[in-house]
Amino acid sequence: MSQALLEVSGLTMRFGGLLAVNNVALRIDKGQVVSIIGPNGAGKTTVFNCLTGFYQPTSGSVRFQGEEVSGLPGFRIARKGMVRTFQHVRLFKEMTAVENLLVAQHMHLNTNFLAGLLKTPGFRRSEREAMQLAAYWLEQVDLLDVANRPAGTLAYGQQRRLEIARCMMTKPSLLMLDEPAAGLNPKETDDLKALISLLRDQHAVSVLLIEHDMKLVMSISDHIYVINQGTPLADGTPQQVHNNPDVIKAYLGEA
Amino acid sequence: MTEPLYYFIQQLLNGLTVGSTYALIAIGYTMVYGIIGMINFAHGEVYMIGSYIAFIVLAALALLGLDSLALMLIGAFAISMIVTSAYGFSIERVAYRPLRGGNRLIPLISAIGMSIFLQNVVRLAQGSRDIAMPSLITGGWSIGPEEGFHATLSYMQLVIFIVTFITMTALTLFISRSRMGRACRACAEDIKMTNLLGINTNNVIALTFVIGAALAAVAGVLLSLYYGVINPYIGFMAGLKAFTAAVLGGIGSIPGAVLGGLLLGVTEAITAGYFSTEYKDVVAFSLLILILLFRPTGILGRPEVEKV
Repeated sequence: MSQALLEVSGLTMRFGGLLAVNNVALRIDKGQVVSIIGPNGAGKTTVFNCLTGFYQPTSGSVRFQGEEVSGLPGFRIARKGMVRTFQHVRLFKEMTAVENLLVAQHMHLNTNFLAGLLKTPGFRRSEREAMQLAAYWLEQVDLLDVANRPAGTLAYGQQRRLEIARCMMTKPSLLMLDEPAAGLNPKETDDLKALISLLRDQHAVSVLLIEHDMKLVMSISDHIYVINQGTPLADGTPQQVHNNPDVIKAYLGEA
Repeated sequence: MTEPLYYFIQQLLNGLTVGSTYALIAIGYTMVYGIIGMINFAHGEVYMIGSYIAFIVLAALALLGLDSLALMLIGAFAISMIVTSAYGFSIERVAYRPLRGGNRLIPLISAIGMSIFLQNVVRLAQGSRDIAMPSLITGGWSIGPEEGFHATLSYMQLVIFIVTFITMTALTLFISRSRMGRACRACAEDIKMTNLLGINTNNVIALTFVIGAALAAVAGVLLSLYYGVINPYIGFMAGLKAFTAAVLGGIGSIPGAVLGGLLLGVTEAITAGYFSTEYKDVVAFSLLILILLFRPTGILGRPEVEKV
């Protein structure tokens, strides 16, 4: 078997007496869209938090491109190519849309402070490239005309798209989206689906998705993991998960 | 008839002079608070150290027989800013960073300890007596009739206005235009998110302390030359005044710190000029209490949004 992009095994997160995540395993290959589903409070977001360095997992291994990343600070994990969004919008609301993107480009720019002070040609070039990349992504998510508006003044759907664009500025190989369709109308959800497909097909990005919109999950995922009360319940292709009696029971309760 | 007018102008000039140095110190409080939500109570001591470094530089240059005014001023500002920057960086590294992430009270106590430590280090090294600063810049312009009552804008006051204005402009450009400034603004809004976008937020925090310390040094050089006297205890009062200014303007907001500093300076000068010099601190801190009671977010501050 070839090397997985992300391979998680035995991931456990304990908050005092509460076992929030219990022995979760995940595998994502290059170019895949993988979803994590489960009832509310199942521990899906906690898994995300453990993977991105937001929490330090109690135990378990997180290997990204063959490298152990658990325990690293968040910015190191991001620099390795793993970046996420949150359930609620976390844009820099007082900064303009384009500035939000430029912040995320920070780590790829020539970081020499002196070069910035002296505005060397190399520094100018990297600034210009950052600007071009920002313009490209604004266009991809159809926000070019609001580039200079403060992010907080954008419509909700626009804010969600801007967040994905901001993630893309870090040139990730794995994009982790926490309920990206929450609060979107059906048309916006379709656009989101098209955007995720575009990212996978044209930008070689793998996507790890937490989502409650089953139509979206079933139509876009290559593989689905089901978590219930912090514990893995089932996994498989959308078809397999859809027909799994345990999954139906967890979602609907026993008849 | 115009005598009250010139008297008022004089109080206003005096107030704006002191107020602009409060503003310089207040920026250090407000930037640190804006990013990590902590009050750096050792900041006043950094200002005090800035004035001592200026004194040492001036004394050393005098010993070497270098008495050109430009050289003395540039030397005092440059060396004082560099040394206090190192202090600001070290204070954060030693006393605050290891305690970050825990209870908010813990770094606060550490800051108070750091403040006492620095004050006593300087006291032991330099003695606790007042030290007279040389008066480098003398003279001034009179505003109003040469004969009779008039207001005076001293050259020293003018220097304070100009230096403060240049410093503030540079800071504004840095924050609004530069890449690090952008990262600072991002951290002020949501430091965890900024970290997850690949920015080493520890570096941004360190930079904030360095900038705050350098601005405090500028204030230290200016005020020590203006008042002509320094001692190891000046940091306490200046720090409290600048903190009041930062709260008055809205803590976390840089324009707020400037506005608060100028307002506080003018309020003090008016109190001293029309009422009594002894009451100026009473009025200044009553202002702090009133602001905390009736508008805790300050003039330009926004109510804090609870972050998850």
